Parts: sequence; structure tokens; C-alpha cells
Amino acid sequence: MLRRSDESLLRLSRIAKTFPGGVEALAGVDLEVRRGEFLTLLGPSGCGKSTILRLIAGLAPASEGEIIWSDGARPQIGFVFQDPTLMPWANVFSNVYLPLRLAGLTRANAAPRVIAMLSRVGLGGFEKAYARELSGGMRMRASLARALVADAPLLLLDEPFAALDEITRFALNDDLLALQRELKTTIVFVTHSVFESVYLSERIAIMSPRPGRIVDEIAIHSPDPRGEAFRVSASFADQAGQVSAALRNAMAVSSAP
Amino acid sequence: MTSEPSGFYPRLWLFDLLLPACVFLATLLLWEAIVRAFAIPPYVLPAPSLIASTLVNDWPLLFASLLVTLRITFEALALAVIGGLGLAILLAQSKPIERALLPFAIILQVTPIIAIAPLLLVYLESSTAVLVCAFLVAFFPILSNTALGLASTDHNLVDLFDLYRASRWRRLALLRLPSALPYFLRGLRIGGGLALIGAIVAELAAGAAGQGTGLAFRITEAGYRLNIPRMFAALALISFTGVLIYGALALISRVALRRWHDSARARQM
Repeated sequence: MLRRSDESLLRLSRIAKTFPGGVEALAGVDLEVRRGEFLTLLGPSGCGKSTILRLIAGLAPASEGEIIWSDGARPQIGFVFQDPTLMPWANVFSNVYLPLRLAGLTRANAAPRVIAMLSRVGLGGFEKAYARELSGGMRMRASLARALVADAPLLLLDEPFAALDEITRFALNDDLLALQRELKTTIVFVTHSVFESVYLSERIAIMSPRPGRIVDEIAIHSPDPRGEAFRVSASFADQAGQVSAALRNAMAVSSAP
Repeated sequence: MTSEPSGFYPRLWLFDLLLPACVFLATLLLWEAIVRAFAIPPYVLPAPSLIASTLVNDWPLLFASLLVTLRITFEALALAVIGGLGLAILLAQSKPIERALLPFAIILQVTPIIAIAPLLLVYLESSTAVLVCAFLVAFFPILSNTALGLASTDHNLVDLFDLYRASRWRRLALLRLPSALPYFLRGLRIGGGLALIGAIVAELAAGAAGQGTGLAFRITEAGYRLNIPRMFAALALISFTGVLIYGALALISRVALRRWHDSARARQM
């Protein structure tokens, strides 16, 4: 775990979020995200995991509490949604070019970066393809390339691989780890899969059902780099067992008064 | 469709084109046979062959009228596109503007155009009145479909544009207008057909004032002279024009949406 530092990138302090309809999504969330780490938010559906990502991204305001950025302001953020969310009228190149285009780069200036990022995510040669001509996994790869192309230091992923088949999901898990190793991006990943969270994360924050709070944090120990051997190891099974138990406790916490 | 075995295409083509064409031809033949068998006089019901020969003999007259009707239709459609698209964009800019202006558009839509036509003929020169009528009927479907499209942008894409702090103008140009394109094209297909109907209806109303030279006026005029075959010939030309307009607009939409049309359909479900 050489790349992990204990230096904070951002800290959520007593964050609460109540939606206009009166639904209390989050209540008193305290969470630190460290520079360069792979942090996963794990919890049952509807516990407010996605809401935390939206608050970090600045897409919605918190009702209470604050987000403290170590560098004073929110940096550029890459966001991957549960759906690939590609513009269907634009080809893969134009979709990945979008963040750079909105940052004011011309197509010609951006092209080398777009093409390099596409080949990094395994979509080299698919620049002219349209979303509907791609498989689900390839669409997600394009979405990942779009999130990474602007060199955002923080990447937020909201259950990005939940809709994919297992083989594709495993391949994308490994590619995501390799990309993070290469680009040194800080990642906050949301999932409801215990196994996916253990395989990917250095740290897992476990959330209670709505209104969501962080009820446990578990560090994952693994060989570096991770790979198929880790997925079938006794250590993986042990840690998945611990995380499952912690998740069960989190469910019990909420049913108490 | 591209993955279908190629042997499937001829049968599909046969079914889609040849079958209706045969039925259409059979209907004409039956019509011709009935007119001949019962010796129905042409001033009651002309045979298709007589209508065809009238079309040929009266071609200079009918063609000149067709051009007039076509010009009105396309001018009205062009104005409706500019007005409908422009107003839809304006309405999409803010809720108060939408609230303030939408009732006017709805009143125009629900009022039968034939009822407005005589009034327009009082205020405007008849050729302008006909154009305004055709414009009014074509305008609303383009406006309402485009407005719907501009409001149906994918929420995640809106978030993405928020994340990159896109300006209002770039959001419109890069996200909302392309999202609205399939809706706009649907409005255009409907509006194209209605522009022709509007032009014909207005011409019929104006024809009484003796100023029209479009196809609708030819129908009225031929009716007064009991020239029934010419009425049918003009009617056939109008139908044919309607089919052509619809076909051309459907082709435009198919070409424009060719690469992403399936995904656009999926999102509308």
C-alpha cells in the first residue's frame, strides 16, 4: 500500500441531507477521504450512498454540516453513473471529448488526450462508434474514459458495474485498479456488493439504512497488485466474512430505537 | 436489423411495398369495372382512367395551381419551424416565460382553423391570410414536440454538464437541442401534413372571394362547372402531394437519427 498516504483530501463533517419531500436521506455523516486511496461506501439500497457522492460532487447542497477540502476548494471531479450516460447522438470520441470541450479545448488540441485515454480503457479504434453499437461493458469503458480524460484528481463512481455480467465486471474491476495505480486518482466507489467492495477497496465505509450514517470503517489488507489469486484466497474470504458481519450489524443498528 | 440474414429482406420488402401496391391497384381496377359495368356517367363518378386523362389534359392548369399550393405549404412550414423552434427555446429558458406564453399557444391549437380563416380574410390580403392559416396549424405540433424534447433531457447528462460548469448556451447547444431532435422531427412530420391541410382549408375559405389559384380553388371552381373529373384529378394531386411531403420528412428524420435512433426510442419508453 505504498501509494496510500494518510493525508486528507476531503472531510465530511456532520453532513445531513433532507429532501424537499421530507425524506431524511443522511443524518450526521462523518467521513474522511484520503489522498490517493480507494474508498468504498457499502450499504443497503436507499441508504444514501449515492447522495453522499452527489454532495461531494457539488450536484446537490447538504442540509446541514460541511465538506472541508484540504486544498481549500473542490477540485475537478470525474463522475461515473450507474448507467453509462453517453450522449446517443455523439460518437465515442465526442462523448469522451466533452469534459475537455467544456473546459475550452479545441477538438484538435484535445484529440491526442482523448485517443490516449480511449486506448487506455481498451476502446482504441472505437472512436467513431455510437453508444448503441457498443456492448454494455464497452459503454461503461467509454463512460470511465470520459470521467478520467480531464485528469480529475478525484473520481466518484456510483455502482457503475452493477448492471454488467460477472465476467465483464471482473475485467472492469481489474482495469479500474490498474488505471488508479497509473493515474494516482483518489476514488470513492459506491456499491452494494460485499465481494466487489473487498476486491477493490483499501478502506470500506459501511452505512446504516436510511437515514444513512457511517457505522463502521474496515481496512482491507491485500497483496499489491490485486488479481485473480486474491479473489480466491482465504484472506479474501475472511475479509468478505468480516465485512458481511459488519453490514449485518449496521442493519441491526438502525432497527434499534 | 443489420444482423438479420440478407435473405429476409426481399420477403420484408414484398410484404411492406408490394402487398399494399397490389391492393391499391385492385381497388382502382374494381372502380373502373363498376363504372363501366353500370355505365355510371362521369358527372356522378368518373372512372380512374378518365381522371388520369383529365390529369394529363389539364396538366398546365393543375400544375400551376399545384405550385401555388406547394409554395404556400412550404413557406408556412418554414415559418412554423422558425417560430416553433424559437418559441420552444424561449419557453425552455424559464418557467415564468413558459407559464405566461403557453396558454396563447394552446388557445391557437384548440381553435379550429376553419373558424379563424374568414376573420383573417377580413384583416389580411387573401394570399397572406392563406399563408397565416397554414402557418398556424403547422406551428403548434412543432412547438409542443420541441418543448417536450427540450424538457426531457437525461438527468444524469444534466448532472454531468453541471459538474463541468457548462454555460447556459453550451448546455443548450450540446445537450438540450440534440436531446430534443427526435421530438422536433416528430413535430415536423406532423406539421408538414398539417401545413398542407391548412393551406387547402384556407384556400377553400378564400376561394369564395375569388382570389385563389391553388388546388383547393381549382376544386371549388370545377365543382361550380360540374367538371367532376377535374375535381377528382385535383384531389388526387393533393393526396399525392401529402404523401410526398410526409415521405420526404420521414426520410429526413430517418437520415438524421440513423445512428442513434434505437437508443432514442428506448429512452422514450
